[in-house]
Amino acid sequence: MLKIKNLHASVEGKEILKGINLEVNPGEVHAIMGPNGSGKSTLASVIAGNEDFEITDGSIELEGEELNEMAPEERAHQGVFLSFQYPVEIPGVTVTNFMKTAINETRKARGQEEMPANEMLKKIREKSELLEIDRKFLSRSLNEGFSGGEKKRNEIFQLAMMEPKLAILDETDSGLDIDALKIVANGVNRLKTDKNATIVITHYQRLLDYIIPDHVHVLLNGKIVKSGGKELALELEEKGYDWIKQEAAV
Amino acid sequence: MAFENTVDVNHPVHEVRSEAIKNFENLGFPSKKMEEWKYTSLKSLLKSDMSVFPKKESNLDYKDVKQYFIHEIESYKIVFIDGVYSSHLSETSHEGLDVCLMSAALSKPKYRLLIENYFNKIAVRDGLTSLNTAFSKEGAFINIPRGVVVEKPIQILHFSTGMESSLMTQPRNLIVVGENAHVQIIERHQSLTDNPTLTNSVTEIFANKRGIVDYYKIQNDKDAASLIDNTYISQQRNSHVSVHTFSLGGKLTRNNLQFFQKGEYLDSTLKGITITDKKQHVDHSTLVHHAQPNCESHQDYKGIYADKSTGVFNGRIVVEKEAQKTNGFQQSNNILLDDTATINAKPQLEIFADDVRCSHGCTIGQLDDEALLYLRSRGIPKKEATALLMFGFANNVLESVKIPELKQRITRLIADKLGVNLGFDL
Ligand SMILES: Nc1ncnc2c1ncn2[C@@H]1O[C@H](COP(=O)(O)OP(=O)(O)O)[C@@H](O)[C@H]1O
Ligand SMILES: [Mg+2]
Repeated sequence: MLKIKNLHASVEGKEILKGINLEVNPGEVHAIMGPNGSGKSTLASVIAGNEDFEITDGSIELEGEELNEMAPEERAHQGVFLSFQYPVEIPGVTVTNFMKTAINETRKARGQEEMPANEMLKKIREKSELLEIDRKFLSRSLNEGFSGGEKKRNEIFQLAMMEPKLAILDETDSGLDIDALKIVANGVNRLKTDKNATIVITHYQRLLDYIIPDHVHVLLNGKIVKSGGKELALELEEKGYDWIKQEAAV
Repeated sequence: MAFENTVDVNHPVHEVRSEAIKNFENLGFPSKKMEEWKYTSLKSLLKSDMSVFPKKESNLDYKDVKQYFIHEIESYKIVFIDGVYSSHLSETSHEGLDVCLMSAALSKPKYRLLIENYFNKIAVRDGLTSLNTAFSKEGAFINIPRGVVVEKPIQILHFSTGMESSLMTQPRNLIVVGENAHVQIIERHQSLTDNPTLTNSVTEIFANKRGIVDYYKIQNDKDAASLIDNTYISQQRNSHVSVHTFSLGGKLTRNNLQFFQKGEYLDSTLKGITITDKKQHVDHSTLVHHAQPNCESHQDYKGIYADKSTGVFNGRIVVEKEAQKTNGFQQSNNILLDDTATINAKPQLEIFADDVRCSHGCTIGQLDDEALLYLRSRGIPKKEATALLMFGFANNVLESVKIPELKQRITRLIADKLGVNLGFDL
């Protein structure tokens, strides 16, 4: 589904991603782990189309279509979804109106009719129940005054609404207490099918107790230096990153 | 300037008019040398052969102008074409209230007392207002007697046909709201031509004790249409008056909006959304004059400027020595969408009382790139995402529109202006 080949990206002339290779197949969950500053969010941003970053080499393909030159909205239309590490506050735009706009603009771009209002309301109700989100929440300004945990839960609510092919969750576990973490993980798991895929970015393995990855990759200084199964996450939790740094240095 | 110099000497207000003519002869049109006209020049709009009276009468079919009415609701309507009353487009009333014409009010004996008490009593005697006082023949006269809660809004529409190129129309509205009375008014000046038009409008509003007035101005005129809107409001004890101004279209728009507080425990609300492009010029010049203790004022203006357009916000708050415990709030938030647009924002606080709470805030910024990316990454294209951010920015002004159909209309006008079709009601 997702094929990243030799991806190099830089910001303000500074190279952050230094040759990433990654392949994700339908039905799979991949975890990307790594210490702070290793480039995890950058990788997510580059896949989602953040224009602050310049791709200097390599390619990103989703189902055979190259994303490199696509605008962020076009990537969303292709089925990419990024749950932001730091969701942005949008005063004056309610969660509901935002979601309606996002869904209908996406449908328009795909040549589909707008979603009928009753269907939209039903979907909003279902998905907000899945994430145990209070109705009142939906008429508040998007992310404005939300707690860290509420923002993350709202991101996964959006994920549930958008039903993308590829979901990238950037530190979705940070700011969540254990109950919220379970709700979010349950939401993500329930959305999983054999046709979509998930990339979970985290530097704790805690979330991976609930969202079980098929593959775990370690990102260090802009490169994937080690890949393995779910047991790699446990090993990292136990031993930290130093041994990997040493391994990578040799 | 060759204004017709005919004044009816039998008219009850002929003294007022003669004085106004003298005033205008002395003062003339404002120039950029005057502090309050520093950023707005009328020079290009004024012509040497300008006339204030239309020579011929024009007619319009309702179907051709329906779009300019808030036609989704029941309402009273007072409609003018090139300054001349159009009875077939209007729905006036004398049942329990007066929704009628200035010309009737000025000539009928039964209104004489009202005219003596209210006509030209708060209008400032500057050049432009004097010009209007001197030559205005027509406009809306609204008299809501004490205790009357008007069930349906009143729409005042002034159409310009542009049939005569050098016409400077002078509409004159007088609105008197009795004790405990309540009225909602929607006002619109609309050109129907691509030729230049110029309107110099004066409105006086009097809110008596506990009166409530909600006044909405839709300024979405054609590219060549210009408007000088002078609105003066006098408020008595415990009254509530709000004026919302939506400035979206038009070449040059100058809003002189002045509130005079004349009793205690009253509040004045001034809000606006301005969205401009294509070299438009919109100037909001506000004054709130706090003269009595324990009153409030709230000013909240949102402006979004693009493509060589210019905004001016000149917000003046005067708090007299007697006006203790005044609560005066003023906010002007502005977004410049590109670097060819300009905003001149200047708050002016003149406070002579010592126990007051006044605050003012003025911000000038750009659109938030991070927010834009966030919306786009959810599949919302750049243009729509930009529009959504603008709606969000202006939302609290839109939210305070109390007539749902009007709110919907303004939302649509803004969406049209931004070239988007967002599938929801804000
Ligand atoms: N917009 C930016 N401008 C400049 N430097 C950036 C920007 N975004 C990220 N970086 C730098 O790139 C590196 C990787 O950051 P990031 O991808 O956020 O790491 P992680 O998510 O793994 O903690 C860091 O050194 C960070 O300072
Ligand atoms: Mg990060």
